[in-house]
Amino acid sequence: MTAMHEKLIFEHSAPGRSADAQYPQVPVEAPIPAALQRGRPPLLPEVSELQAVRHFTRLSQLNFSIDTHFYPLGSCTMKYNPKACNQYAMLPELLGRHPLAPESTGQGLLQILFELQEMLKEVTGMRGVSLTPMAGAQGEFAGVAMIRAYHRARNDLARTEIICPDAAHGTNPATATMCGCTVREIPTLANGDIDIEALKGVVGPKTAGIMLTNPSTIGVFERNILEVARIVHEAGGLLYYDGANLNAILGKVRPGDMGFDVIHMNLHKTFSTPHGGGGPGSGAVGVSERLLPFMPVPLVGKQGDRYRWLDEKDLPQTIGRLSNFMGNTGVLLRAYIYMRMLGREGMQRVSEFATLNANYLMARLREAGFELAYPERRASHEFIVTLRKEAREWETNAMDFAKRLLDFGFHAPTTYFPLLVPECLLIEPTETESKEELDAFVDAMIAIRKEAETEPAKLKGAPWTLPVRRLDDVRAAKQLDLAWKEESRV
Amino acid sequence: MPFIPHTDADIRTMLGAIGAADLDALFEEIPDALRAPGLPGIPPALTEMEVGRLMTEFAARDGRPLNFIGAGAYEHHIPSAVWAIVTRGEFYSAYTPYQAEASQGTLQLLYEYQSMMASLTGMDVSNASLYDGASALAEASLMAVRANRKSKSQRILLPAALNPTYRDVTQAICGNQNLAFETVPYDAKSGQTVVAALDAYKGQDITAVALQHPNFFGTLEDVDAVTDWAHANGALVIAVVNPTSLAVLKPPGEWGTKGADIACGDGQPLGVPLSSGGPYFGFMAAKSEHVRQMPGRIIGRTVDLDGKPGFTLTLQAREQHIRRSKATSNICTNQGLLVTAATIYLSLLGPQGLAQVAATSMQRTQQLVDALTRIPGVRLAFDHPRFHEAVLLLDRPVAGVLEALARRGIVGGYDISARYPSLGHALLVCATETRTVGDIDIYAQALAETMRNPAAAA
Repeated sequence: MTAMHEKLIFEHSAPGRSADAQYPQVPVEAPIPAALQRGRPPLLPEVSELQAVRHFTRLSQLNFSIDTHFYPLGSCTMKYNPKACNQYAMLPELLGRHPLAPESTGQGLLQILFELQEMLKEVTGMRGVSLTPMAGAQGEFAGVAMIRAYHRARNDLARTEIICPDAAHGTNPATATMCGCTVREIPTLANGDIDIEALKGVVGPKTAGIMLTNPSTIGVFERNILEVARIVHEAGGLLYYDGANLNAILGKVRPGDMGFDVIHMNLHKTFSTPHGGGGPGSGAVGVSERLLPFMPVPLVGKQGDRYRWLDEKDLPQTIGRLSNFMGNTGVLLRAYIYMRMLGREGMQRVSEFATLNANYLMARLREAGFELAYPERRASHEFIVTLRKEAREWETNAMDFAKRLLDFGFHAPTTYFPLLVPECLLIEPTETESKEELDAFVDAMIAIRKEAETEPAKLKGAPWTLPVRRLDDVRAAKQLDLAWKEESRV
Repeated sequence: MPFIPHTDADIRTMLGAIGAADLDALFEEIPDALRAPGLPGIPPALTEMEVGRLMTEFAARDGRPLNFIGAGAYEHHIPSAVWAIVTRGEFYSAYTPYQAEASQGTLQLLYEYQSMMASLTGMDVSNASLYDGASALAEASLMAVRANRKSKSQRILLPAALNPTYRDVTQAICGNQNLAFETVPYDAKSGQTVVAALDAYKGQDITAVALQHPNFFGTLEDVDAVTDWAHANGALVIAVVNPTSLAVLKPPGEWGTKGADIACGDGQPLGVPLSSGGPYFGFMAAKSEHVRQMPGRIIGRTVDLDGKPGFTLTLQAREQHIRRSKATSNICTNQGLLVTAATIYLSLLGPQGLAQVAATSMQRTQQLVDALTRIPGVRLAFDHPRFHEAVLLLDRPVAGVLEALARRGIVGGYDISARYPSLGHALLVCATETRTVGDIDIYAQALAETMRNPAAAA
C-alpha cells in the first residue's frame, strides 16, 4: 500500500474546472418548464480527468483484495477471479447490447445463457435453472417465494413456517420474513449435525419448508441429510438449499440428489465472479420437477436452433420478475467463461483442492495449539477455530486476532459467525491458494498468539499499519455523518 | 490444473499433515449413496485462448446495431477512465467492507457516492446501493410501509405511466407481505398522470404514492401537485427518477411544499454500459427522519482510535446479519462495483458535464421525433414536454417494423403495444448524446423505406 490517506474528492474540487473531453462541448439549453427546472446545481466534484484518476487510484490502494492479499473469509469463497472472465465478458458487442433489443440480434448472448442454465442444472442435479436473481439473498427470496407458490397452488394455505438451523446465514430468516413467513429455529448438536429430534418436533401442517446449507456454516457435511429430507417431505414441506457453500461439493455430491427442491447458487462465490467490494453477485436458482412452473422469469428457451426468452406467457404460474431485465447478465457471462475454462475435470478439482486446503490449514493450526470447534469432524472447504481460551487467559478475543492479522498482511477470517461458537474464526482458504501462502498464515497466527501471551496490547490496539486504526462505530451510529455537505468544507 | 497452484509434492505433504490417504478420503463423511459419478454433461476444459475465440464468435454473431431504445437502460458515453479504474483488482476483487481498516478505499468511495446521490436527489441521505431500479422501488414500497406509522392499509398508488416492469417486480417482491398496489391512470393527450384521479382516494388510508418522473413515456409529470396531494392525504411520496435528468430537473427533495420522502431509481445511466441488461445498480435516498427504515448498506464517517477520520459501515442494526428475521430487508451483497463506476463517472462529468449530457440527450430525442414524425404513418402520441424518450404511434404492428429495421442494423425502439393496448401500435424511442444527427438520419431513412414497403405491415 503506497497511499495511506486521500482527501475527499470534493476537497479536490474547484469551481469551473472539469474534464472537458468527456461530454458534448456545444452548449445546449434544456427546454424545461420553469416549475420543473433545477435551481441549485448538484454538489458534484469539479475536477480534471487526472485529478479524478489519481484520486480513485489512490483510494483503490487503501483496499485489501484477492489480487493483493490472502482473504480466508469463511462462507465467502474469496478465490482468484481469472482475468479472462472479465476481458471476454466485456467485449464491445456484449456491453453495447440493449436488453430489449430483438431476440434476432441477440442469438449469441442467448446461446451463452442457455448453455449456462444447462451447465448449472448438471452441477446441481436440478431440473430447471433461472438466472435472474441478482444476488444470493434474491435467490433465497425466489426460492422461498416458489415454495409458497407451490403450496398455494395446491390450496395448502396454512404452510407459512420456514425452519432454519441456528447456524444459518442471517439472510435465511430475513428472507423468510420478506416472503411473509415466520421462522422456526432448530438447534445444532455438539457434533455439528442438525438435531433430528428437534426437527421432528417442529415439522407439521404449518411447515412450508426448511432452509439448509450443506456443508453447513460450521464447515461440516450434514451426514443425516437424507433423513432430514425424508422428515420434511413427509410432513409436506419442501427443502431449500442455500448454495453459499457449493464450492465444497462441486462435482462430488449434488443438491438435487440430496433431496432438495430448490437451490440458489452464489455465482460470485463458487463460479468466481468478482465480489467487487460488495457486489454485483448473482443468485441463480435451480429447482426440482415440482417447482418448474413457478420459476422467476425470464428464462432462455431453445426451439430448433433458435433461442428465445421465456416469459409469463410460457410460465403462467411464475413467481414473476425480480429485475427490470434479466438479472446481472455480465456476472453470468463471467461465470460461463469460468466454467468453460474449468471444464468437467476442473470443476471437480475445485472441491477437492478447496477441501485439501481447508483440512491442511486446520491440521496445521491444531498442531500449533489452536482449538478447533469441531475437532472430530472432517472440514469441508472451511472450518472454525475458537479463541475462547485465548480470550479467557489473555483477554485477547477473536476481533483482536482478526485485526492483528491485517498488520501481518492477511485479510481477517470471518469473525463471530456462526453465532453459536464463542470467539470464533471461520476460515475458508479456497482452492486457489498455494501451500506457501497457507504456511505463512499459520506462521502469522502462531506469532500473534505469542504476542497475545506476552504483549496483548499489540493485539488490542491493532491494526497499526493500515490507513486507519480501529474506528469508533458507536460515534458513527450516534453522530450520523452519511454525506459530505458544502458547509463541511474546512 | 487451471487456477490451482499445487504441485504433486505439495499434495503429498498436505495429505500427510492431514493424515488422509488421498484426496477422495477428504469426502469420507458424505454417504456413498450420494456421491456423484462425475459431471458428464459439462464439456471439457478450454484454454484461455480457446475461450477467448469462442466468446469473440458469440459476440460477433450479435454485432453492434445502432440503438434507439431506452425504456429503463440508456446508452451514454462512458469515459475510458471509469472502467480502467473499476477493473483494478483492488476494487474488482475486494469483498464487502466488513473489515473497515482494510477497506478504506471502498468505504470512502461509497461515502462520496452517498454524498453525490443525496445532493443529486435533493435528499438528506443515500444508501450504498440496491440491485436495480425496479427492485429499488419494491424496497422503497416496503420502506414506506415501515416509515408511515400512521398508515395501516399497506396500500400504495402506482401510476399507469410507471415503467410496467417496475410494477411487475414490485408486485413480485412485495406481494407475499400483502402490500396492495392500485393504479392511477394517465391522460391520453399529455401522457401525464392524472392528478384529479387521485381524488378518488381522498379520505382513504393510503400509505404512499409513487411517481416516476420523467415517466415511462418520457413525459414530465406535475410533481408538485402529486406530492402535495399525497402529503395532504397522509401518504408518503416515492420518487422514481432518472439520475441523468436530475442535472436539469428539480430534484425529488424539492417536489411540492415538503419534498418527496424517498427517491429511488436505476443508476445505470451513470457510467454503466447497457451490458445486455446488467449488472446495473439501484439507488435510494431519503429524508433523514427515515434513515433507520432504509434497506441496504450505509457508510458513515467517524474517527479512529487516534482521532483520524475514517469510514465504516453504520446503522447495521437494520441489516440481516445482525437483526436476522427482523431486518429491514434480506439484502446483503449489493452492486458495489457499479457504484464505483458511477462515482468515478459523476466525478469526471461534474455538474456542468451531467447537465450537458441531459440537455443534449433531450435535444437529440427532439430531433429524432421531428425526423421520424415526418414519415407518413408515424405520429407522436403525447404533446407534453418530455425528457429524452417519446412514444410514437405507427399505422401498423410495431414488431414487424422493428424486425425489418433490425435486418438493417438498427434497433429502432421498444414495442409497448402489448403493455398499453389502448395506445395502438406504440413504439417507445430514445436518443441520448451518443446518437449523432447522422445516426438519426440513418434511422429516419430506414424507417421511411420500411414504412413505404407494405410487406413490413405483416
